[in-house]
Amino acid sequence: MSPVLVTGARILGGEPADLLLDGGRITAVGPGLSADAGTDVVDARGLVALPGLVDLHTHLREPGREDAETVETGTRAAARGGYTAVFAMANTLPVADTAGVVEQVKRLGDEAGWAEVRPVGAVTVGLAGRQLAELGAMADSAAGVRVFSDDGHCVSDAVLMRRALEYVKAFDGVIAQHAQEPRLTEDAQMNEGTVSAVLGLRGWPSVAEEAVIARDVLLADHVGSRLHVCHVSTKGSVEILRWAKQRGVRVTAEVTPHHLLLTDELARSYDPVYKVNPPLRTQADVEAVREGLADGTIDVVATDHAPHPLEDKDCEWAAAAMGMTGLETALSVVQHAMVDTGLLTWEQVADRMSAAPARIGRLAGQGEPLAVGSAANLVLVDPATRWTVDPAQMATSGRNSPFRGMELPGRVVATVLRGRPTVLDSTLVRSTP
Amino acid sequence: MNRHLLSAADLDRAEAVAVLDVSEEMAATQRREIKKLPTLRGRTVVNLFFEDSTRTRTSFEAAAKRLSADVINFSAKGSSVSKGESLKDTALTLEAMGADAVVVRHWASGAPHRLAHAGWTRGSVVNAGDGTHEHPTQALLDAYTIRRHLRPAGDGRHGGTGQDLEGVRVTIVGDVLHSRVARSNVLLLHTLGARVTLVGPPTLLPVGVESWPCEVTSDLDAALADGSPDAVMMLRVQRERMDAASGGFFPSAREYTRRYGLGRSRLALLPEHTIVMHPGPMNRGLEISADAADSPRSTIVEQVGNGVAVRMAVLYLLLAGDGTTRTPATTSNGGTP
Repeated sequence: MSPVLVTGARILGGEPADLLLDGGRITAVGPGLSADAGTDVVDARGLVALPGLVDLHTHLREPGREDAETVETGTRAAARGGYTAVFAMANTLPVADTAGVVEQVKRLGDEAGWAEVRPVGAVTVGLAGRQLAELGAMADSAAGVRVFSDDGHCVSDAVLMRRALEYVKAFDGVIAQHAQEPRLTEDAQMNEGTVSAVLGLRGWPSVAEEAVIARDVLLADHVGSRLHVCHVSTKGSVEILRWAKQRGVRVTAEVTPHHLLLTDELARSYDPVYKVNPPLRTQADVEAVREGLADGTIDVVATDHAPHPLEDKDCEWAAAAMGMTGLETALSVVQHAMVDTGLLTWEQVADRMSAAPARIGRLAGQGEPLAVGSAANLVLVDPATRWTVDPAQMATSGRNSPFRGMELPGRVVATVLRGRPTVLDSTLVRSTP
Repeated sequence: MNRHLLSAADLDRAEAVAVLDVSEEMAATQRREIKKLPTLRGRTVVNLFFEDSTRTRTSFEAAAKRLSADVINFSAKGSSVSKGESLKDTALTLEAMGADAVVVRHWASGAPHRLAHAGWTRGSVVNAGDGTHEHPTQALLDAYTIRRHLRPAGDGRHGGTGQDLEGVRVTIVGDVLHSRVARSNVLLLHTLGARVTLVGPPTLLPVGVESWPCEVTSDLDAALADGSPDAVMMLRVQRERMDAASGGFFPSAREYTRRYGLGRSRLALLPEHTIVMHPGPMNRGLEISADAADSPRSTIVEQVGNGVAVRMAVLYLLLAGDGTTRTPATTSNGGTP
């Protein structure tokens, strides 16, 4: 593997500097570095360098729903979006609730080589919410699972949630909760409010999310465990998390790019591309999650990338699947919603999209500072370029991007995984097994 | 009028009055010995019903046939696994068969909207009731019925031709949450200038109803005694709604009837001229008593008959006219009847 010299990059948006990558590590940082013969040079003038992005919440669909996405296509999408690591959610077929399945997913990721794939293990057998899965076996497996989630389903039973929180303390695991009170959301279709009242679609009330988060932060406090809250979508959730953090509860939380930008007004089209769980909320909620991400109440941006085959979206709203793709638009949406609005600096973006998710997921070698000795995982983004989102041009198999047709700022120009470029000139270059 | 009728909100006041006026002319033709008009000869109207609804389907069928359209009845109660696929594929099939208008009844809110805008068909789409969203032709026939009773023309014209419903008070009672009839009526009656009051138990009023252009209360007796409505519209309440598994919206049928039913004593609270309406089918003894349903105030049977005239007008305006031309119903008869 040739050394790579990145020249003129604005590290975390700062002054231009060069980075020398060799042997999978950053070996030099500073202005005017020289390259030996045989070194590949990447001209990064005008580009912002960030540590490779880490997604704590990705649905790669394999095994079982290869018609929606595979590890190969999903990690290509990750690389295109500037990610060097993704946590693959457990709601596959079969469910990732055994050491065998999580090891398979990790192996598929290693073979694809576009990004580091870290499987998330299911909390309960079959995501059924009745019995704990063999969390220890998954933790001890070659996949080294540290994040456990029944995402798509809420661990709604309070005792089961308590036990899960307690049990994973033995191996420094974390429970990532999909906070959704099931009885309050039976057959729910969209945010409950003025828009759902007009559209006649069954409401998904904010309280169904907030009630579970309130219970879980109290449980986590009681047993002294780590809790992570998936896809926070409401103003009330942000307020509960802020209160819990002030109390010292070991809770972290994520917000998706779509909840940072889009509102339930889009449901007026009845186009299921805007159907997602939790649903798009109101403008007041969007402003609250942005504020929460800015002040650190919400720790990370996670995509909840959820590709679906066309037929699962090309139908009536109520019959459609929930979910949106997000890997290839996340950084642009964050720049648009958070950086260009002055809410976050690039340095903070690096924290929310790389360092913090790696830390929560206990993923060594990712999310490290762009400094000598760190793993050579980085992304170069051109913040001055604007582009129009076209799902047909994406690497993901999913065409269900709610941002389609939107003009967004920020283009991922290059992604480097352990010293090897996976993307150059905004194009996938090669896998790095 | 637009190419489709998906929501009562698609109509502005002038357009809504125009539909009612054309309905009046269509109704006049239905009093003739020969009821059939040649207006839509050679055009194809498809009744696409994903839900059972004998009265709405036959009403549209009669309307289309009396305008000489070819009518295809397509009952498409899909299985739950292929729900989505069947709407698209059915739409493509109908498109291939050359449907000029698709009248659609569907269990999913927004299905007619998808049919009109997803690029699956080029024909006009008429919403004949979608989920818990809207039922605009029901609202039009209700407005038409109200106008005939409350805006009787003194100059020999029928049913207040040219008039809106400015200042008319309409009270709508019952399960607003699940009612497409209520949603369409609030929108259309507001557009026509009427003052609408919704009454129901708080459990059956949607979160967000406060943004609707109407008053909302849970006190029926006050609404009837103090509100002195010109029309009271009772909504159908499904008995299953009281079951815990179906949401437990009210404790029992008896309690519902006591608090929100229209019976003899509440009938006595109403002003002399007030009419009693119901979109059907009724649950006699639950939301409405026989006294109320069969009283001289009741327009319930008349509403059904008016439905044909209103749907003739809608099909005519969507397929044959631009909403400003005179109807053949008028010209073929040599003038306004």
